[in-house]
Amino acid sequence: QPGAELSPRELSLRFLPMLCGVTAQMLEEGSTLLRRMEICVAEAEKRNGKNTVNMQETFTVYLVETRPMDAVAEGRNQAPDSLWRRYSEFELLRNYLLVTYPYIVVPPLPEKRAEFVWHKLSADNMDPDFVERRRVGLENFLLRVASHPVLSNDKILHHFLIEEHGWKEVVYETGFQAKADSRLRALSATFRVRNPDKRFMEMKHYSDELQSHTSQLLRARARVADRLYGVYKVHGNYGRVFSEWSAMEKEMGDGLQSAGHHMDAYAASIDDILEEEEHYADQLKEYLFYAEALRAVCRKHELTQFEFEMASQELVSKKQQHEELSTGIVRTFSFKGMTNKLFGQEAPEQREARLKLLEDLIAEGEEDVQEKTVECGEHVERAWVDMHRFKEQKDKDLREALINYAVMQISMCKKGIQMWSNAKECFLKM
Amino acid sequence: MSGQTFPADFSGHMLDLDEDDDLEVFSKNTSLADSSPMPNSPSSMVNQYRPEEEEEEEEQLQQQQGANDKDIFITVDNPESHVTAIETFIMYRVETKTTRGEYDSSEYEVLRRYQDFVWLRSKLEETHPTLIVHPLPEKFVMKGMVERFNNDFIETRRKALHRFLNKISEHPILSYSQHFKVFLTAQELLSHKKQGPGFLSRMGETVRAVANSVRGLRSRPEEFSLMQEYVEDFSNKIYSVDKVTQRIIKEQREYLDELKQYSPTYAQWAESEEELAEPLNGVASCVERCSKESDEQIHHMSEVLVPALHEYVLCTETLKAVMRRRDNIQAEFEAKNVALASRRADQESLQDEVDGLADRVELANNALRGDWSRWQNGMRSDLKSAFLSTAEKNVDYYEQCLAVWESFLLSQRVEPGEQRDGEDEPLPTHPIID
Repeated sequence: QPGAELSPRELSLRFLPMLCGVTAQMLEEGSTLLRRMEICVAEAEKRNGKNTVNMQETFTVYLVETRPMDAVAEGRNQAPDSLWRRYSEFELLRNYLLVTYPYIVVPPLPEKRAEFVWHKLSADNMDPDFVERRRVGLENFLLRVASHPVLSNDKILHHFLIEEHGWKEVVYETGFQAKADSRLRALSATFRVRNPDKRFMEMKHYSDELQSHTSQLLRARARVADRLYGVYKVHGNYGRVFSEWSAMEKEMGDGLQSAGHHMDAYAASIDDILEEEEHYADQLKEYLFYAEALRAVCRKHELTQFEFEMASQELVSKKQQHEELSTGIVRTFSFKGMTNKLFGQEAPEQREARLKLLEDLIAEGEEDVQEKTVECGEHVERAWVDMHRFKEQKDKDLREALINYAVMQISMCKKGIQMWSNAKECFLKM
Repeated sequence: MSGQTFPADFSGHMLDLDEDDDLEVFSKNTSLADSSPMPNSPSSMVNQYRPEEEEEEEEQLQQQQGANDKDIFITVDNPESHVTAIETFIMYRVETKTTRGEYDSSEYEVLRRYQDFVWLRSKLEETHPTLIVHPLPEKFVMKGMVERFNNDFIETRRKALHRFLNKISEHPILSYSQHFKVFLTAQELLSHKKQGPGFLSRMGETVRAVANSVRGLRSRPEEFSLMQEYVEDFSNKIYSVDKVTQRIIKEQREYLDELKQYSPTYAQWAESEEELAEPLNGVASCVERCSKESDEQIHHMSEVLVPALHEYVLCTETLKAVMRRRDNIQAEFEAKNVALASRRADQESLQDEVDGLADRVELANNALRGDWSRWQNGMRSDLKSAFLSTAEKNVDYYEQCLAVWESFLLSQRVEPGEQRDGEDEPLPTHPIID
């Protein structure tokens, strides 16, 4: 049922093997959803349907499978529960999380459109390789969320995983869209805030750097991949020519022909090599998008701090007005004061009314400041915890990614050594 | 083969005076235009040996294809610019060391320019029309060459000239050519160049050759037809391999350019990181080192495989010319043969002429046959060695890169055990208030 507590089945579950991005350490921190439930995005399928403007469209749906952990642990071959979700539903989930947990660096989704494409990769969203990599990315997203100490407890998340129908309505019912900060307000806060927490400003600066560096790296890598592809494929031409040439030679023929085969194999080997490298690129892209999530948390801080500052300022101004009105000493210019001077003071009853009003406003204002203080403070506290968690996760993940990259390079070198050694043996037979 | 009687009308032939007559040339014999006795292609050897030993000679040619005991060593080096009033050109130093008896001294050093090499080669081709004379580097390089005296161009040419002379010196017949000796030893080549059949006589020969080829061959022996086909096919193939190789180098250069842009992105990122700085810099360094290896590999390919393939592309022109010349020799004979059949008068002298031409055909065919298998072995050996060297370099390239990445991995695997001391930021409890 929508909005219900976790079902008993889910509660009774236990430990679970790790899947990408999630570590034993993360599982130990608090009880996250992932300890109780195995989650994966198993498949992708094409569907046809009508979209919001009632036009036919083709889209891809992804199968989200869940299975209670104790079933897995006990080796029971229980069929998983599953439901289909499209990318836009994942987006909705994430937007909900962003609004609801503005102090959390929310894990990003895989890219909507293929970027940093090198020539062979299709930029087409329907391309099977793209769909496959997106499936992996969506699974990674769910695992990250489900293993997050705060996010994993969210009911909407649970709902997303378990109840196929009516989920969207439930999300909208939370009214999260109303809570979303207006862009304009957020931007204005960025410019006008006076005393943001320095650490958050540094973090914001860092997020810019992270975004810039990862995108430069990704762009350069894509170009390198494109060129490398060209180098390998051109060797295929040797294969063709050697084969033709070998037909007309007597002594050289065998050596040439078999060398030609190895050249063909060499040319073909680049496809797998670069396919694997795309996974590395995806790992980097995740952090490119994470940079934006990090920045969002910093901007939220600017906003809460700004609102606190505004509220404080407003309170100060009201208090000042009250003081002027009650003591008659004008410290600041006001229109009322001006007209009073010109046209004479107002009647005592009016003055009393105004004083009363101000006192009410002041009381409200003090509540407001109190609220904003708490809001700002809580945000800073929670965000700092999560940013720290994020930093450690990032350092660990990216280091692993770099190591994986080295492993891929090593594998490529070993293949190259083998290919050319084989070719050498063939040339010896010439 | 009949006795050494030769027809009178040899004045315009491409065949040169035989080697003995060359000696007379040096002593200023002016009777060049006369129809002095002119034997055929494997000239000096034919004159030194008696006719019966012709068949032996063909065998000898084939035996000498293997490892020669080298008794002559030639180097071409030290290109230097020479400037005169009218032109600027490069002189190369040609140094020869030899134990051969025909050479008065055991060491020679002369200066030669490209034109001199051209002269030598044309003389060799004239004297031995159906031997395969190694090609020279081209006169100009087509595209992208701004300066004729660009250093790379000179160096490439020098290497090719060096190879050319060495190839000649390894040839069992050509290396004993008098012209070759003169080239290697004479301090001043100009006087030697002025001798030999003049321009007009060469022109006459060309016209005759064209006329003969227009008449067409009655029947080319099958072995030479097959040879012709091979030459056609080979020329297509070698040209393709050359093109593919050039393309590979072009792609590799573009790859290298991108790699050079790629490694700094890691280093730049490292600047804004703490824990990650070390592995990021590690990867940056690895990519940079791999770039260096790639650069070397490209260089090797350009120095070894490209020139070797290019030489054989040039060879195909030589082969085609040799085939044509052989055909012409046969055509001339056939033409005269036909004339013999139709004419009544003058049968005896015509018959002599025809016999001479028939001998000439046979000598030409034998020479080509012998040199053909020698050339094929040489081609196979040269290209095999170039491909082998390239494959070895590629293996080496990958091995170097492998070592680079493995050492990076090693450096990373050491670290995980070491944990940082808890330097966590203390958690704040109050927001910052003005």
